[in-house]
Amino acid sequence: MSELIVTLLRLGYLALIWLLVLSAIAVLRRDVFGTRVLARGSVLTGSKPRPSAQQRPASARGSQTPTRLRVTAGPLSGTTLQLGGSAVLIGRAPGSTLVLEDDYCSARHARIFPDQGRWWVEDLGSRNGTYLGSTRVHEAVPVETGSPIRIGQTIIELQR
Amino acid sequence: MATVAPSRIRTGRAAEVWLLLLAVALGVGGYALVGLNTGDALPEDFGRYALILAGVAVVLHLVVRWRARYADPLLVPLVLALNGIGLAIIHRIDIGMTARGIPFAAGPRQLMWTALGAVLAAAVIIALRDHRTLRRYTFTAMVAGLVLLVLPMTPGLGVNRNGAQLWIEVGPLSFQPAEIAKILLAIFFAGYLVTNRDVLTLAGPKILGLQLPRVRDLGPLLLAWAVAIGVLVVERDLGTSLLFFGLFVAMLYVATERASWIIIGLLMFAAGALLAVNLFPHVADRFDIWLNALDSDIYNREFGGSGQLVRGLFGLALGGLMGAGWGEGFPHLTTHANSDFIVSALGEELGLTGLIAILLIYLVLAQRGLRMAIGVRDGFGKLLASGLAFTLAFQCFVVVGGVTRLIPLTGLTMPFMAAGGSSLVANWIIIGLLVRISDSSRRPAAEGGGEVVGAETARIALSTQNEGTGKGPDGAARPRRRGGTSAAVYDTADDVPRVPANDAHDQDDDDDQHTEVVERP
Repeated sequence: MSELIVTLLRLGYLALIWLLVLSAIAVLRRDVFGTRVLARGSVLTGSKPRPSAQQRPASARGSQTPTRLRVTAGPLSGTTLQLGGSAVLIGRAPGSTLVLEDDYCSARHARIFPDQGRWWVEDLGSRNGTYLGSTRVHEAVPVETGSPIRIGQTIIELQR
Repeated sequence: MATVAPSRIRTGRAAEVWLLLLAVALGVGGYALVGLNTGDALPEDFGRYALILAGVAVVLHLVVRWRARYADPLLVPLVLALNGIGLAIIHRIDIGMTARGIPFAAGPRQLMWTALGAVLAAAVIIALRDHRTLRRYTFTAMVAGLVLLVLPMTPGLGVNRNGAQLWIEVGPLSFQPAEIAKILLAIFFAGYLVTNRDVLTLAGPKILGLQLPRVRDLGPLLLAWAVAIGVLVVERDLGTSLLFFGLFVAMLYVATERASWIIIGLLMFAAGALLAVNLFPHVADRFDIWLNALDSDIYNREFGGSGQLVRGLFGLALGGLMGAGWGEGFPHLTTHANSDFIVSALGEELGLTGLIAILLIYLVLAQRGLRMAIGVRDGFGKLLASGLAFTLAFQCFVVVGGVTRLIPLTGLTMPFMAAGGSSLVANWIIIGLLVRISDSSRRPAAEGGGEVVGAETARIALSTQNEGTGKGPDGAARPRRRGGTSAAVYDTADDVPRVPANDAHDQDDDDDQHTEVVERP
């Protein structure tokens, strides 16, 4: 082989190694910026990750569907939870989705869950009861957006 | 107030394909260039070589797609590239040695070990569905690791090579059990420290602004030190001893976040090493070579001279900036050019440009290991990933440092490159484990990677799609009934994997990883 080809191959090989290194760093770079810091308020529109395949049917319902749960009164007032396709368990138990440290709240107090395109609230046999508006909830009842759910001293609303 | 939100999750499998192509091209290209530059023809087993390398790439990619969809896309390609370059340089040294009249055929053997290593890595990915299962074997791993560590000391089984008692020989097969012991002890340290780190974090006296641990908690460190020094004394190998002690101290630091452990550890090791230098001529020689490599009496000494080290340095000098080119240098003049001095052989043929690229690949690998340790949710996984990443990085440091005379030369191997089956296989197994951990580290919470933590009222840790909170021991998200009876609710709550209490703070550490929205007034 001629000297020129040998030199070109030698330099080409080095270029190939660096191509690998730079490609690797490009992949790595995406990961370094893996989270975005967003100003408060833009969260709900900006940060929602692309729903995965099995959740899409759940979240693609009509425009009346609530997308988040907001605590409007009580010690956790102001807290919001993003609603996904699964049930939200409310109670004092540390395993609950929404943990309320409220003396009037039971360990497993209530559950809010989606079914047939709407959200339902259900009391899980709590001592002090769950109220939707002013009526006490026993069996699962559908919840409209904006109607207050009272658990102990806490009031929760579903919001769009 | 700002909120931290994760970006869209990418599995990275497409990037992996591209990187695998590059990696295979590097290995195959290097191999072809060695043949072309030394004999004006492709090496005779070129087809087999290319086939095995491409086969390893395809099989591992498919296995990762099948069993670890979210695994880090960099691990397998980078390792394959290193392994391929290593195979090419080993083949090149075979040719050089044969030309010198010493028949040498480490290449084909290394190729077989590569295939075996990749198969074992695939087996780890397939068989181990969740790295947390390994925690159950904490103490089994300790016993097995220590047995493997002392195995070469058994008379009749252990073999002494070049002054180090590191090998066992059974029939025609020889193996360095310390390589496997490395993995087992990393598992043990991770399991042990995750349960005991709270005690080891307790503060003791404060001296010179340094928060020291309590004296009575020094026990485990002393034990690790004693074992490391025992290895140094009996097996006469500074590298292995340094690696084990370093691994323990590094994991201790990761577990407790106390810099004092590192300082105490370094001081203890320095004292032990100093003692060894004074007691054992073999170790003393290494120090002599390191400090006065270019003295002519040390260079010309018949045994334990610095000839090897200095020839390696000459090789690096010949390589210069752009390297001599594959097959154009004289790396085979250095003793053990294909194992201990593979770095200087590569520096000679690929130059500083190539060598820095290779070191960057190692750097990225180590970074991926530490990154996945940050991302993974359980304390055991964090410690194991950081421990394994540490061993890779530390081995590189010790080897490159030794070859370039930054530290005394030791008997560690360059991971994935140096000729030697035990090290290659062990490191591929490490990659299998890292792929497994990175899969659970990068898996989005919706698919079972996240767990709901809710002990604190002030911070509601939630994952909006807590659909998959029930991640069973098999690591697969179980399908969950929607809107079922209340029995399903109890199920939801009880199935959240219970994390031991002392894991709680590290759950909190990375809440931002899987908490989409936590908004507080």
